[in-house]
Amino acid sequence: MKGLKIIVLAKQVPDTRNVGKDAMKANGTVNRAALPAVFNPEDLKALEQALRIKDKNPGSTVTLLTMGPGRAAEIIREGLYRGADGGILITDRKFAGSDTLATSYAISLAVKKLAPYDIVISGRQAIDGDTAQVGPQTAEKLGIPQVTYCEEVISITNKKVVIKRRLERGIETVECPTPALITVHGSAPDCRSRNARLLMKYKHAETVTELQDSTDDYLELHDKRPYLNIQEWTVDDLNADESWLGLTGSPTKVKKVTNVVFTAKESKVLGSTDEELEGMIKELLENHTIG
Amino acid sequence: MNNIIVYCEIEEGAIVDVSLELLTKGKRLADELKCGLDAVVIGNAIPGLEKIIFPFGVDNLLIAEDDKLYPYTTLPHASILCQLIREEKPQIVLFGATSIGRDLAPRIASALKCGLTADCTSLEIGDHKDKKEKQDYENLLYQIRPAFGGNIIATIINPDTRPQMATVREGVMKKEIYAPNYQGKVKKLDVGKYTKSEDFVVRIIERHMEKKKIDIKNSHIIVSGGYGVGSKENFDLLFQLAEVLGAEVGGSRAAVDAGYIPHERQIGQTGVTVRPHLYIACGISGAVQHRAGMEQSAMIISINKDPNAPINHIADYAIIGDVGEVIPKLIKYYKKNAK
Repeated sequence: MKGLKIIVLAKQVPDTRNVGKDAMKANGTVNRAALPAVFNPEDLKALEQALRIKDKNPGSTVTLLTMGPGRAAEIIREGLYRGADGGILITDRKFAGSDTLATSYAISLAVKKLAPYDIVISGRQAIDGDTAQVGPQTAEKLGIPQVTYCEEVISITNKKVVIKRRLERGIETVECPTPALITVHGSAPDCRSRNARLLMKYKHAETVTELQDSTDDYLELHDKRPYLNIQEWTVDDLNADESWLGLTGSPTKVKKVTNVVFTAKESKVLGSTDEELEGMIKELLENHTIG
Repeated sequence: MNNIIVYCEIEEGAIVDVSLELLTKGKRLADELKCGLDAVVIGNAIPGLEKIIFPFGVDNLLIAEDDKLYPYTTLPHASILCQLIREEKPQIVLFGATSIGRDLAPRIASALKCGLTADCTSLEIGDHKDKKEKQDYENLLYQIRPAFGGNIIATIINPDTRPQMATVREGVMKKEIYAPNYQGKVKKLDVGKYTKSEDFVVRIIERHMEKKKIDIKNSHIIVSGGYGVGSKENFDLLFQLAEVLGAEVGGSRAAVDAGYIPHERQIGQTGVTVRPHLYIACGISGAVQHRAGMEQSAMIISINKDPNAPINHIADYAIIGDVGEVIPKLIKYYKKNAK
């Protein structure tokens, strides 16, 4: 059987699971610099599912696609160390401020550029936003069916994929024609570790931008070993309509942000009088603690 | 004014709770905006559907009825809603933030190129001034949600695109009958006209659904009681408060040992660890074993007769008083002030 072409959508995210004291700036915005950047956990699980499909279907390829600033190339290297065959970084200042709709537009253009493909697979959601929207929105823009909350890709035969889904109150097994977009749930198995041989092989994999600061030795190495080049695609490479990108292409706007965790703990001691209790309830309603 | 649409989810022949909560909230918003409320139900036939839906103040009940529309699959439901939204031009469309709502809403938002906010915990109507564009917007939907791993609360708006869409978490809004005899209109949709054969390419092979279990861990608000609550009867007050706040009830080990509450609700070192947005500790002294299971809560309120109880040191609000006296007042003032 001919191998399958699998595209993994992945995101580099600030690690919101380990938020320290200086994670928030005084004005209530997120201090991204103070948080370690990691491979979004569910995307890593999606990579594992992709690699398992590849293991079962010899000749298959796994391509990582990520959108973000230059440093996001780190997660492409991480994917290469674990068994991905290649990766592309979509990067351009014009993407800044994109909400999920604008993001899915850019990603869908990149996926189309890689066509034909059999499976597009990503994590259900990213831990910095928890929206779970980019997967289904990308599927819609590609005009292919989506299967969300995948716990296990059971089989792919004759252009049909069978998937076990984890729903909030149960499980469901579905069959879907390919090409299809799959999003992977947190209950799926963890990704395999880095492979020592692949780590050696791809240690010097870099994007063109990263190479700019390198010495001539590296440039020569990259000429000799083209698999070390991580491609970068910009708005121009994607032939994107700029009105659908960035802030202009994003229908949702953030009106206000309130910091909830790092407000100083100041105990207010109250009696049980009506005035005091009603005052507290009003405060809680006001700051949306209850609603 | 254009209407508000609530997508009502079906599970085993019934409309799920979160959809009824959304109808309640939708009606409040509709009254504020002086517009109508529409409910969309897509799936197999449900006996007595009108009697369930109309008392929530629904003006139009739109039904797409066909056995092949249940259990839910993405594409046919998305096709029906997309076409319906194009025809009805609602200003707001609401979905439960469930496995279904979070699968369906983004597919629709992408097709209609409109804004969508996931997992809202609160919705309000408000105005917006865009200083850069020098433009004023009136009566926008404020979509309020936790973000960044729950560390911030963001208010999101969609100034320029319609409809404004949001998914809303289960249990954060109240479910309340608007008027028992409210009568709206029924419109049955011709499913064949709203779907194409390609919408039915995904086939469900197997399906196992479980009954709803107590889920303290994922509850955003927890009302918890200790030995100091004093009796099983007093614990009923905690359940009443939880009911109005959309919260779950938990307890300390001492309360479990005293038989006030079953073990599955125990919070602390030997029970579950929780970090809700709000933890209300009633008659809990705050032993270290209990604190280990709840001190990461974003906000803590303690109700205790003893001003020196250790729990008061980690509480944001320490109410010094009797549980039996304080809780009924909290319920009363919540009902009075909540919109």
